[in-house]
Amino acid sequence: MSDTSFDSQTREASFGDYFALLKPRVMSLVVFTALVGLLVAPGSVHPVEGFAAILFIALGGGASGALNMWWDADIDRIMKRTQSRPIPSGKVGAEEALALGLALSGISVIMLALASNIVAGALLAFTIFFYVVIYSMWLKRSTPQNIVIGGAAGAFPPMIGWAVATGGVSIESIMMFALVFFWTPPHFWALALFMKSDYSEAKVPMLTVTHGRKVTRQQIFGYTLLLAGLAIGTGFTSLGGPVYWAAAVVLNLLFIKGAWTILRRDEEVAEADNYAAEKSFFKLSLLYLFLHFGAILADAVLMRMGVTFGGLL
Amino acid sequence: MTFRPDHELHKRRKGRNIGVGLVLVGFVALVFLLTVVKVERGGSLQGFDHTQRIDMVPQGSNK
Repeated sequence: MSDTSFDSQTREASFGDYFALLKPRVMSLVVFTALVGLLVAPGSVHPVEGFAAILFIALGGGASGALNMWWDADIDRIMKRTQSRPIPSGKVGAEEALALGLALSGISVIMLALASNIVAGALLAFTIFFYVVIYSMWLKRSTPQNIVIGGAAGAFPPMIGWAVATGGVSIESIMMFALVFFWTPPHFWALALFMKSDYSEAKVPMLTVTHGRKVTRQQIFGYTLLLAGLAIGTGFTSLGGPVYWAAAVVLNLLFIKGAWTILRRDEEVAEADNYAAEKSFFKLSLLYLFLHFGAILADAVLMRMGVTFGGLL
Repeated sequence: MTFRPDHELHKRRKGRNIGVGLVLVGFVALVFLLTVVKVERGGSLQGFDHTQRIDMVPQGSNK
């Protein structure tokens, strides 16, 4: 074999290229929310089983990321934000991404069911199906509500974590699902307002393109109010404790204030200060989700340590 | 005796092989640990057919 033949194969992927197919940044949110769901659930899970469960939930999330990149390779080539992904940049073949996604889906679902229980495995299988088939294949290119319904895929992990510990679904896991589900639209639409993205070139019907930026601002405010109601409602379940209540009241007031500011601005004002309010709302949204789940975890830890609200005071 | 330096392709392939190898070793270790935990928590199960052993079941139990 000559050096020339090597040169023709230099597109062979590295380990990191395959890892990038799994969308590691999305995986971090999956791991965090699933871990909180697992840790706050009643009942105990052996640390090894818990570790394995989180690992396989993350792997399932990564598998759906690879399958999403396989399906969306054509539009990823068009949009600047996604052009450096492994498939459009030519590092990994589309069929390789499909094979990796399918293999990891099967491994993660079966291993999660074996390591924990059938309910958790079935929920993970449905999450992958929802993200790949319902969101990527059906909704993403057909409706501006793609982000809203597709957000369910990102909302399942805490529910799966809860199912790992309990073997079922309860009002608490549904509330954690709802928190992520209703958080997704304001989070993404705030990003869409200040990211001059090329969704229209890729023919992806983002709300900012199909209904305009004014409607997007109204929708952000509407979903923020819904989210605030749900976040406060969560406080009335067993997830609510002093830390959660303090965090939820402060964060939701700040979030509503941010959404109200966005609602009252028009494009001229926003462009004049380079979308400062939209950017700060987006940053707050990241903190919002992290602190809500962090507070749920903190209350569960305090309760297990025997620290009660009365005891704190 | 001289060796030609590795082609970039070889380096990448080596890195990928090591990565896959480590993942496989980690997976085997995890399955082994899971098996140990599951067996330890199996309680009064007969090892080879996964049925309860009568002499291990506490007296007075219906099962």
